[in-house]
Amino acid sequence: MNTPSPAAVAGPVPERRWRLWPTHRPGWMVTTATLCLALIVLVAVLAPWIAPHDPLAMSPAERLKPAGDDYWLGSDAYGRDLLSRILYGARISLIVGIGSALISVVIGLPLGLLAGFFRALDTLIMRIMDGLMAIPSVLLAIAIVSLTSASLWTVMAAITVPEIPRVVRLVRSVVLSAREEPYVEAAVSLGSSLPVIMWRHLMPNTLAPLIVMSTYICASAILTEAILSFLGAGLGTETPTWGNIMSEGRTYFQIKPGLIFWPGLMLSLCILSINLLGDAARDHLDPRLQKRGGGQ
Amino acid sequence: MTASKAAPSKDAHAMSSDRVLRVQDLVVSSHTQPDRHILKGVSFDIAAGETLCLVGESGSGKSVTSLSIMGLLPRGVLEHRGGDIYLEETPLLTLSSARLRELRASRIAMIFQEPMTALNPLMRVGEQIEEVLVMHRKGTTAGERRTRVLDMLEQVQLPDIERMYASWPHQLSGGQRQRIMIAMALVLEPRLLIADEPTTALDVTTQKQILWLIRQLQERHGTSVLFITHDMGVVADIADRVCVMRHGEVVETQPVQALLRHPLTDYTRSLLMAVPGLQPRPSRPVTEREIVLEAIELEKCYGRHSRWARLRGQQDTRTAAASDVSFALTRGRTLGIVGESGSGKSTVARCVMRMIEPTGGGVRVMGRDISTLGRAALKPHRKRIQMIFQDPFRSLNPRLTIGDSLIEGPVNYGTSRAQALKQAEALLIMVGLSGEAMTRYPHQFSGGQRQRIAIARALAMEPDVLVADEAVSALDVSVQAQVLTLLEDIQTRMGVAVLFITHDLRVAAQVCDDVMVMQKGRVVEYGPTSRVLGAPEHAYTRSLMAAAPGRQWDFAAFQPFDDVSESRSSDAFSTGLISGAQKA
Repeated sequence: MNTPSPAAVAGPVPERRWRLWPTHRPGWMVTTATLCLALIVLVAVLAPWIAPHDPLAMSPAERLKPAGDDYWLGSDAYGRDLLSRILYGARISLIVGIGSALISVVIGLPLGLLAGFFRALDTLIMRIMDGLMAIPSVLLAIAIVSLTSASLWTVMAAITVPEIPRVVRLVRSVVLSAREEPYVEAAVSLGSSLPVIMWRHLMPNTLAPLIVMSTYICASAILTEAILSFLGAGLGTETPTWGNIMSEGRTYFQIKPGLIFWPGLMLSLCILSINLLGDAARDHLDPRLQKRGGGQ
Repeated sequence: MTASKAAPSKDAHAMSSDRVLRVQDLVVSSHTQPDRHILKGVSFDIAAGETLCLVGESGSGKSVTSLSIMGLLPRGVLEHRGGDIYLEETPLLTLSSARLRELRASRIAMIFQEPMTALNPLMRVGEQIEEVLVMHRKGTTAGERRTRVLDMLEQVQLPDIERMYASWPHQLSGGQRQRIMIAMALVLEPRLLIADEPTTALDVTTQKQILWLIRQLQERHGTSVLFITHDMGVVADIADRVCVMRHGEVVETQPVQALLRHPLTDYTRSLLMAVPGLQPRPSRPVTEREIVLEAIELEKCYGRHSRWARLRGQQDTRTAAASDVSFALTRGRTLGIVGESGSGKSTVARCVMRMIEPTGGGVRVMGRDISTLGRAALKPHRKRIQMIFQDPFRSLNPRLTIGDSLIEGPVNYGTSRAQALKQAEALLIMVGLSGEAMTRYPHQFSGGQRQRIAIARALAMEPDVLVADEAVSALDVSVQAQVLTLLEDIQTRMGVAVLFITHDLRVAAQVCDDVMVMQKGRVVEYGPTSRVLGAPEHAYTRSLMAAAPGRQWDFAAFQPFDDVSESRSSDAFSTGLISGAQKA
């Protein structure tokens, strides 16, 4: 049969491609969440330019001012502008959130790939991960802070360590099922080396669930950071973080509820937006929705 | 037209009162694109006690038709745009969902392809059948229900019904589960049974029994059957009338004998011609003597029997997926391994490929034993032997372009990228695709096209042996025929030897020079195809041949093999089964 059969040369079957962006209009919740998060990122980035006051400048004469023309949200017990502190606080929150998500993925992904691929390493890695998972992040942070001084890095480390096992478990489970795919076996018979098989054929399968996972890690890291600051185990009190503002405001809650309300609102909105986006990403990237076949 | 059965059923369907199901100008289209019609005006009807086969290749709309009748169209994906469906005199499309649900169990029932997934794994099978009665026969006592269920289990010919009643789905075999499904479908004595590829996932011998059972129960209860299948052999065995579908349209509807003898349309004719014959083709003359692949007493056991366990006198609990398998494959020839599921044929293929480690015996590729080589030492020999997988949708990495998939192997063995790309393009043209395919992704191709790409990928390694593990089993007959022609063409051109693993005796008969029949991990018969499949010696081979659906028909010649048996009545059918079983 030298002439190709008609069915074979007929053009490819048009089908939808695996896409990162939704093909249909997202719902209003997702749109609102995206806008909300975009706004938070924007004010965090532009904080030095848009903040009306220096967030650290104390002025004892202006203590606990109500909201007004000069201090839009009022001032705190040291006479610092609340709005400016919240805007700067967004920077810390986002850095901690995104940073923790990135670090846990960067460390967890290779560990998960190794655990999923090599049976010998699996037991070892997974038992260590089980151990790490048993450490509560707040206790770990308090331990680290009491050993060294609190810095952005120690806070992120304390938050990241208990998150890594989650990533490892996720990646491992994806790899365990993906390694049974015939295309992986085909790669083996084509003489591909192990790193190539892992990176080219197995790793891409983990990306979609990892994107979803990292949004949850990001949200939980922001929350944990706020909790740590609130408990005094986070960054120094002079650094404006949402948790610190709330922690300091606790004393004056009766006189000035805004000290808790505004940073709390920002924190809730931020975490809610990230979680909503994570859900949207999950719905979109879910394996059910990226069926490769053109079946009926 | 000489068919005796055809005439009465034609008369029967002329009487409108006798029609159980009437589908008229059914139009179904995609929810999001109302212009994209999946069904373009499908019409057919089924008389009482009649079996209508809906035949078509994938994408013909036969499953959508059955879902429409059941009112199970996926909401928000597919929508009715026109036409009517009547069950006896009840219009189904305008019914409320509550009424439809009631009708669904009591007057229409459905059995599915996968008996594994259609049963609830957390409920005893007897209770699952009983649940149907609880829902639809209110007022029956628990005792009555139990008697009814046991009676049903007996009717579907399950052994030891008391034990079956209390079994969990996972304790049953595929055939037994399908029997449970049938019992569940028929317990309310429906007027219509819709069977959507009910035997496709089963072995041939089990398939034969299930078909016979459906036929028998149908006659006893007078149920009409809408039988959906892609297999012309099954059609020949079970249908009274046949409705051929293509691209959402009915191509022709005829009594089965008339259709098989005198198809009215070219499409039906091409479908029938594409069915591989069961008569083995003569083996090709032996031109080369060079043995490219040899298995010597190959063995693969699962489980472990440690020295400690042996000392304590424990029994050897290892199961042999394959044992004592020996064969030799010479250049340019095709050796088939046939057998039912669990026979160990895939285990042999995977051992030969070193995808799994054999626990005993040897595999020689070009005279070199590769069964004990380490990873690095194996690499130069890997190239010599390549595999084509069953599922063309999973054997290509969906995230790599066709070009990247094709050059992966050659680049691993030191070919430059540019050179490999050039070769890959030439290979694509050789397997009947255009060079443009290089930059596309696997999802943009149909199943048959993907299988061609998979073949091209294997050929890029310039192997001496191709291992085709059920390589055409997932394809429609017409595409299957094209891919088989391609394989043969490549074989003659490049002199590659093929180890062809299949459960389909028809395909094996047409493709293989030699055949090895396996049962429960052992080779029961091995020799030239014309002898093994033409005049089988072993009882198991004979029972396999006897169970092949439609074996009395020469589809491509539009006539039965011996024109003596004019009609395919259920008597003839069951005698066929019994004689087959007796031989076994």
